[in-house]
Amino acid sequence: MPDMVTLSRSSAPGQPQQRQFNPYTENGGTILAISGADFSVVAGDTRQSEGYSIQTRYAPKVFRLTDKAVLAVNGFAADGNMFVKQVRQRLEWYRHAHAKDMPLRAIARLIQTMLYARRFFPYYVYNILGGIEEDGSGAVYSFDPVGSYERESCRAAGAAQSLVQPFLDNQIYFKNQVPQPGRPHPKHLPLTTVIQLVIDSFTSATERHIEVGDGLEMYIVLAKGSPLHGLESIDGVQEMTATNEGERIFIIRRNLKRD
Amino acid sequence: MAAASVYSSPGFDFSNQIRNNFLAGKGLPLPKATSTGTTIVGCIFEDGVILGADTRATEGPIVADKNCEKIHYLTESIRCCGAGTAADTEFVTNLISSNMEMHALTHGRKPRVVTAMTMLKQYLFQHQGQVGAALVLGGVDATGPNLFTIAPHGSTDKLPYVTMGSGSLAAMAVFESTWQPNMSRADALQLVKDAISAGIFNDLGSGSNVDACIITATHTEMLRNVEMPNERVQKERTYVFPKGTTAWKKEDIKKLVLTEEITPLAVEAMDTT
Repeated sequence: MPDMVTLSRSSAPGQPQQRQFNPYTENGGTILAISGADFSVVAGDTRQSEGYSIQTRYAPKVFRLTDKAVLAVNGFAADGNMFVKQVRQRLEWYRHAHAKDMPLRAIARLIQTMLYARRFFPYYVYNILGGIEEDGSGAVYSFDPVGSYERESCRAAGAAQSLVQPFLDNQIYFKNQVPQPGRPHPKHLPLTTVIQLVIDSFTSATERHIEVGDGLEMYIVLAKGSPLHGLESIDGVQEMTATNEGERIFIIRRNLKRD
Repeated sequence: MAAASVYSSPGFDFSNQIRNNFLAGKGLPLPKATSTGTTIVGCIFEDGVILGADTRATEGPIVADKNCEKIHYLTESIRCCGAGTAADTEFVTNLISSNMEMHALTHGRKPRVVTAMTMLKQYLFQHQGQVGAALVLGGVDATGPNLFTIAPHGSTDKLPYVTMGSGSLAAMAVFESTWQPNMSRADALQLVKDAISAGIFNDLGSGSNVDACIITATHTEMLRNVEMPNERVQKERTYVFPKGTTAWKKEDIKKLVLTEEITPLAVEAMDTT
C-alpha cells in the first residue's frame, strides 16, 4: 500500500521536519510477447499481488487496443490500468480525426511520448506492445517506464523476466545453440510452436516464482489474409475481432497453479 | 584446570556486530539466508497432537525447494515444525534432538515436551533473536499431549491450536472458524490439512504439498505429502537438444590408458628343455 512516513530526527519546534510519501507499489506478475512472420502473440498471467498476499486471482494485464494492436502492462497495477485507459482514449481521438485505426508503429511512438511526458513522476510500468505492422509483419515493441523503446521479436517483462527471457533467447533466437550441419535455424517459428513456448514459459515461471500463477491470458493477432496456422485446433480459442479491416484477434485462456 | 585468561560471556558472541554494520554501510551486506516463508500448524485432539506444514522454501520471490521437509524429529514422540531461516531451524532442532537423547539416556525415561521447549527457548534467548527459528513444538509424554510455539527471541505460548510463519494468519483463520475441543483423529487431521491448504493457496510464501505428523501416546505417524494439490502439468514441448548443439573452443583428449614399452636388455635363448 502507498505509505506515508514521517522522518523526524528532532521534534523541537521550529526545527525542519521531513515527510515522505511513496505513491508506488509493485504488483508482481509477468508478461511476454513473441512475433512471427505474419502474427504476434502477447501474453500475461492474471495474478495481482502485494508482498505475500494475493489481491486478486484475475486482473488482466493484456489489453486489446485495436484489431491489430495488443498492449501488455506490468508493474504498478494502478498506473498500468490508468495508462491503458489513456492510450485507448488517444486511439479513439485518432479514429475520430482520421476514420481509421492508428498504425502499430505510430502507437509505439505515441506510447513513448506519453511515458516521457511523465519523466519526473513516471508511470511505474513496463509496457510490451504486440501486433501487426502496416506491411503485414508481426511486431513486438518493448518500453521502459520512461519511454525508451525498441522493436524486437521477443520480450519478457515483470517479476519472472529473469527466468523467462533466457529461455526465450535460447528457444526463439537459438542463442547458445549450434545448428546441425546443413540445417540452419529458422528465422520465424510457426504459431503453434510459439503458443507452446508461451504456455511452457508461464507454467515454468509459476513453478519457481511465487508472484506468478492463477491464470494465463494469451492474445494472438493475425495479419490481413493470414491463414489460421492451426489455431482452430487449439481448444478454448475465442475470436475478439471487432472490425472487418482484415487483421484478426484471438484469445486463449489457461489455468495456472494457484499456490 | 587453568582459568581462562580472557573473559568470555556465555551465549552468542556479538563482537562482530560493529564490524558487520560498518561493512554493510560500505555496501557489503551480509549474505541473505534461505528463508522458509512458511505455514506451520499444530493442534491437540482427543488422544494426541497433530502437526502440519507446507513444503515450499523460498529465497526472496524465488522458490528454492518445492518439496522440503519442515517437520523435524526431536524424539520418537516429540516433533518440531520450523519456520524462518532454514539453516537455523535445521540446526537448532538437530542440536536439541541430540540433547534430548542424552537427557533420556541420563535419566532412563522418556523425555518431556516441556524439556525440549525449555532447551529451545533458552538457546534462542541466549542468541537474542539472531538464530531466526520460529517453531511449533508438539508431542505426547507422561503428562499427556503438549503443544507450544517458540518465537525467535525465546518467548513461548502453550495453546490447544497454534500457527506460525508467513501463512499463520490464513491457517489461524481456519482454526478459529472450525476448531473444537476433543476432536477425533480424522476430524483433527482434516482441520490441519485445511489450515495448511489455506496457507498454501493464500500466502505466496507457502506452497506445494501438505505434510502432517500424528503423535499419540503409543505411536507416531509421519504423513509425508498427505495432500499434493499442486502437481505440475505436462509440458507442451519436449526440450531435447541434438548432439553437437553445444559449441566448443578447443579439443583436448587425454590418454587415460597407460602403455609401457619394455626393452629387454639381454636376449636370452628360449628355454626348450
